[in-house]
Amino acid sequence: MTTLDRTLRSFLLTELVSGFALTLKYMFKPKVTLNYPYEKGPLSPRFRGEHALRRYPSGEERCIACKLCEAICPAQAITIEAEPRADGSRRTTRYDIDMTKCIYCGLCQEACPVDAIVEGPNFEFATERRAEMIYSKQKLLDNGDRWEAELAMRQEADAPYR
Amino acid sequence: MPKLTIDGLEVEVPAGTSVLQAAEELGIEIPRFCYHPRLPVAANCRMCLVEIEKVPKPVASCAQPVGEGMVVKTNSPAALQARKNVMELLLINHPLDCPICDQGGECDLQDQAVAYGKDKGRYIEEKRAVTEKYLGPLIKTAMTRCIHCTRCVRFLTEIAGVPELGMVNRGEHAEITTYVERALTSELSGNIVDLCPVGALTSKPYAFTARPWELKKTESIDVLDAVGSNIRIDTRGNQVMRVLPRLHEDVNEEWLGDKSRAAIDGLAKRRLDTPYVRRDGQLRPATWAEAFAAIEAGLSGLKGAEIAAIAGDLADAESMFALKLLMQALGSPNLDCRQDGAALDPKVSASWRFNTGIAGIEQADALLIVGSNPRIEAPVLNARIRKRVLKGGFKVATVGVKTDLTYAAQHLGDGVEAFQAVVDGENPFFDVLKTAERPMIVLGMGALARADGARILGAARHLAEKAGLVKDGWNGFNVLHTAAARVGGLEIGFVPGKGGLDTRGILKAAAAGKVKAVWLLGADQLPTNPLDSAFVIYQGHHGDVGAQVADVILPGAAYTEKDGTYVNTEGRVQRAQRAVFPPGEAREDWKILRAASEVLGHVLPFDSLDALRDALAAAVPAFATPDAAAPGAWGDFGEAGALDAALGPLGSAVSNYYMTDPISRASPTMAACTLEIIEAGNARTGTHG
Repeated sequence: MTTLDRTLRSFLLTELVSGFALTLKYMFKPKVTLNYPYEKGPLSPRFRGEHALRRYPSGEERCIACKLCEAICPAQAITIEAEPRADGSRRTTRYDIDMTKCIYCGLCQEACPVDAIVEGPNFEFATERRAEMIYSKQKLLDNGDRWEAELAMRQEADAPYR
Repeated sequence: MPKLTIDGLEVEVPAGTSVLQAAEELGIEIPRFCYHPRLPVAANCRMCLVEIEKVPKPVASCAQPVGEGMVVKTNSPAALQARKNVMELLLINHPLDCPICDQGGECDLQDQAVAYGKDKGRYIEEKRAVTEKYLGPLIKTAMTRCIHCTRCVRFLTEIAGVPELGMVNRGEHAEITTYVERALTSELSGNIVDLCPVGALTSKPYAFTARPWELKKTESIDVLDAVGSNIRIDTRGNQVMRVLPRLHEDVNEEWLGDKSRAAIDGLAKRRLDTPYVRRDGQLRPATWAEAFAAIEAGLSGLKGAEIAAIAGDLADAESMFALKLLMQALGSPNLDCRQDGAALDPKVSASWRFNTGIAGIEQADALLIVGSNPRIEAPVLNARIRKRVLKGGFKVATVGVKTDLTYAAQHLGDGVEAFQAVVDGENPFFDVLKTAERPMIVLGMGALARADGARILGAARHLAEKAGLVKDGWNGFNVLHTAAARVGGLEIGFVPGKGGLDTRGILKAAAAGKVKAVWLLGADQLPTNPLDSAFVIYQGHHGDVGAQVADVILPGAAYTEKDGTYVNTEGRVQRAQRAVFPPGEAREDWKILRAASEVLGHVLPFDSLDALRDALAAAVPAFATPDAAAPGAWGDFGEAGALDAALGPLGSAVSNYYMTDPISRASPTMAACTLEIIEAGNARTGTHG
């Protein structure tokens, strides 16, 4: 009896038909794929992408060279050197992140007492050469300037849950 | 001996001990800010509150002497609550600026706030702010952070003896201040940075450059004076970031002079990082091979007596020993480690050591200082003398130019006549020494480096024997050195051999063309004119005086860059450890000498530092036992004869405390100290004349 049933099903192509039926069903449903890079999915305000160093609205850089991010970084990707600036305030003279070492864990932005180092929404920063993945302080500050509007929005959106 | 119970444990301690000390004996930790074992008790931070049975209120344990049958509870709910409240009060005005504070990571307040504080503050009103104070080029202030423990005030007043800090006003308005805006003039001022339990006083040269957790710590020995203070070198990468004192009860307790602490920025300046050879009258960079070839050419054909070697003030014992062996192999008897020409007798070890020992000062009961200013020659040792003075029953007299030693000292006179009068028994201070049970004399380089130094040494020996300075179990004859290498060099015998010339002789012979080649092992305190015509090999780490006259420069390592042995003024053998690597092509000094010996055809018999140390210990047994100091063997030393009053008053060998050696002369911080402390002190104000 089982043998007959199996033979009959294979001659009548029932599996093929049910497969095509499923395909046909999905043809009339809305699409779930995105046409990247022309379309992009939504990102959580907590998404941890490319790093940026932020500034205060006055233009003063936020980073105070406390080195907590350097200390907490599990990949040891951050290198900081500091000295007193001409006005006597504590500032970095060097703030490098080796993005090839970085594991995007977000501990640096958790450790930062002044919200200076943040991981922004940008994830499209692939480079052709490894050297370009060593971010300098200037590069990070430029990132901050470029993304500031979005960075501030993300902070605000996440603030109630902190 | 009262017996008391602390947290259920019984302990018996001498009467007069505080409850806090008794608890420490048991290993029970009581938090504290103002209490420090070496400072007088102030009991103003109130952090050490404990509960004592039958006492209605919590008691500050640092100021509470123990009593018979006392029952103390250090972690009862009442004691813990009391500490929490004290911590909350301390934090009311303390800013939350730990991320920008240099004390962050090594802060007592941070640690104790976590351990004993509340998790939240209730204070929402305005915090007070205090203006910064100017304390000189070494100390940076952030007075808003001050919790008024007064450790700095007590240190400067009691230990350093320079009462320039104080607290003015009361309560909310209390401030630590210098009264008038002036740099602190104490040579020990850097210690208040270590003492400050918060970040109110921090190191200015170190400001914002590093965090304690990223520093590598190396235990070493200081060489910028002859005390041999124990230090900890903190490095980051290949850079020395700071130097802190390390506890050694018999040497520096836990203090360190400002020069030893802050001159380290000179280690990165004016360094010799590649060999140089003089060609066409100009020093040009060269390779090691070229430098050695130039030495071989320069020394070839010279007789042993035409070669000489002088060791400088910062040389380690190993390299001096290696150079001595090399000179012996070359047949030269002309070597000397006394580049200032001090008349120390190399045959009698008691004649060059600080025989009493630094800790021995505390047992003494009379002291005569001749031709020395210990305050600037050895500030830590001077603090020990001051400690003894404060205990009472200690008479101090000085012969030499009158200076402020930070304690009362009877001034007997400026010149050698005054010293002669004491030696002859004409001065009443002779009787003070004679009647004292443990009298001391300290002979400085200001006296011994004079032309009549040998006669002064002889007169001092005469005095020591006549006044009973040397007796069973007590040797009160002391020489205070200013150079870290000096005692080591004398122990090794880096002195003229048979028929050899000493420093003065070498210089004279070099000027006359009789000595044709001179090897300077970091010797920079010489008049270099006589060396102009000689072939000079300079081995050292800084482009200082010696390097300028050199024909060949061999770049060596500074004290932070090599494992070396140094002997302090007491004769204590101590080992320094390498904290960083020498810059560029520079190498450890014994290795340079070993390599040079091969080129010169007299291979030195060791290939490793251990082998060198074994050879050194075999030659001089004292080097086999580090950290032991004993008085030298007494004997006949010095010369008889009249002292020469025409040579002028007895001064100190050191004129500027902040610049005594190639490292401190290259240091910007020391230059700032010279400018802001010494020259500002000499400046004439409107009220002068």
